[in-house]
Amino acid sequence: MPEEVMSLGNPAGQFNEEMLIRRIREGEHDLFYELIRPYERRVYSAALAILRNEADAEDAAQEAVLKAFKHIRQFRAEARFSTWLIQITVNEARMRKRKEHAHMIEPIVDRQDEEGNYTPRDFADWREIPSETLARKEVRQRLAEALASLGEKYREVFVLRDMQHLSIEETAKTLGITTASVKTRLLRARLMLRDLLAPGLGGNWNSKLSFAKGTKPW
Amino acid sequence: MVVNCEQVWREISNYLEGDIEPGLRAAIEEHFRGCKHCTAVLDGTRNVIQLYGDERMVEVPLGFSHRLHRRLEENMASGRRSFLGWMVAAAAAILVAGGFEMGRSSVFSHPELRSEHAQPGSGVPPDMTVVVSGEGKTFHVAGCPFIHDKARLRTIAAREAIREGYAPCVRCMRKYLSASLISPSASADSEAQVSGSGNPNLE
Repeated sequence: MPEEVMSLGNPAGQFNEEMLIRRIREGEHDLFYELIRPYERRVYSAALAILRNEADAEDAAQEAVLKAFKHIRQFRAEARFSTWLIQITVNEARMRKRKEHAHMIEPIVDRQDEEGNYTPRDFADWREIPSETLARKEVRQRLAEALASLGEKYREVFVLRDMQHLSIEETAKTLGITTASVKTRLLRARLMLRDLLAPGLGGNWNSKLSFAKGTKPW
Repeated sequence: MVVNCEQVWREISNYLEGDIEPGLRAAIEEHFRGCKHCTAVLDGTRNVIQLYGDERMVEVPLGFSHRLHRRLEENMASGRRSFLGWMVAAAAAILVAGGFEMGRSSVFSHPELRSEHAQPGSGVPPDMTVVVSGEGKTFHVAGCPFIHDKARLRTIAAREAIREGYAPCVRCMRKYLSASLISPSASADSEAQVSGSGNPNLE
């Protein structure tokens, strides 16, 4: 087995993406599995954040990966492969959303003035939610619901910057907006999520959820 | 520089990004030292970024990777099938075209000239329209005064004329022939009557 393929299992992640891409382009198509393996979760995550439906997200993620494979020759080395892949995924998810949900009314949050100042609603001492609690499905679900409640334009920016770790510039390019808009939306998204998750607020959680004020899962 | 709470909220995201001027950063940090509310907002926002940035945040459905790979395999397999089909078609096309080209080039290389002394017209553009007569041995530009048997003229492509064994007229096809071909011996076998200083109508 070629050396660079063997090194793919190396946790240090020293395999050369560029080399992989070159070999895939030259016809070693099976190496594409290795190329996308580290990004499968991110692709699904990006699609889910936009579509907010697991089945749709999986389908969009698959389609995005297929498109990446078909158009691997169009990938330019000056970009990161992961960024390129996420951009394809975002485009695929947005296209589906436009097609399937064109008739839906935008959430109320979307009507807020993007340029206006956002005033935090909760000033209680923040009791940090430790990352370890993410192991609990209930916590993940609460976070996912809070994210899903954001308006699309805030959610997209937040997902690309804070979950997919794209740069401000990459986020702007992917969404076709200015970096100034990315920053404004990012600020609002972060503050809104903070308010939604603020322990002192409690009541902002959906009433059907199992923990309300005073019964925080962390 | 002194900043108030609203200014801090407006800049809190940039502050966390490190995308802020040193003077403003110092003023905001000074504000945090005396404002519990803003400190709470800062800590909470930082926590939000930390939590959502954790890859455990998103639970991938069971079997996602397997289904993805299966779909990729199907796609690659269909790609290979269509590629194979394309290759077969391309190979067939190459064989047909190759056969035609071989046949054609053999005609160009070794035409059975109607006159054993004539020179092959390999310098004549194959698609050029030329005129031949039933009894003649050479092909001409239309209007060439050296055409015999004008009653039985045919207009064909030069390649066809060559295939049929016609040689180029040394007069009207002069510009396509090398100097060596325009020799008295070549013209001797031409049906052209070289008696006069004809001026072929070169089209």
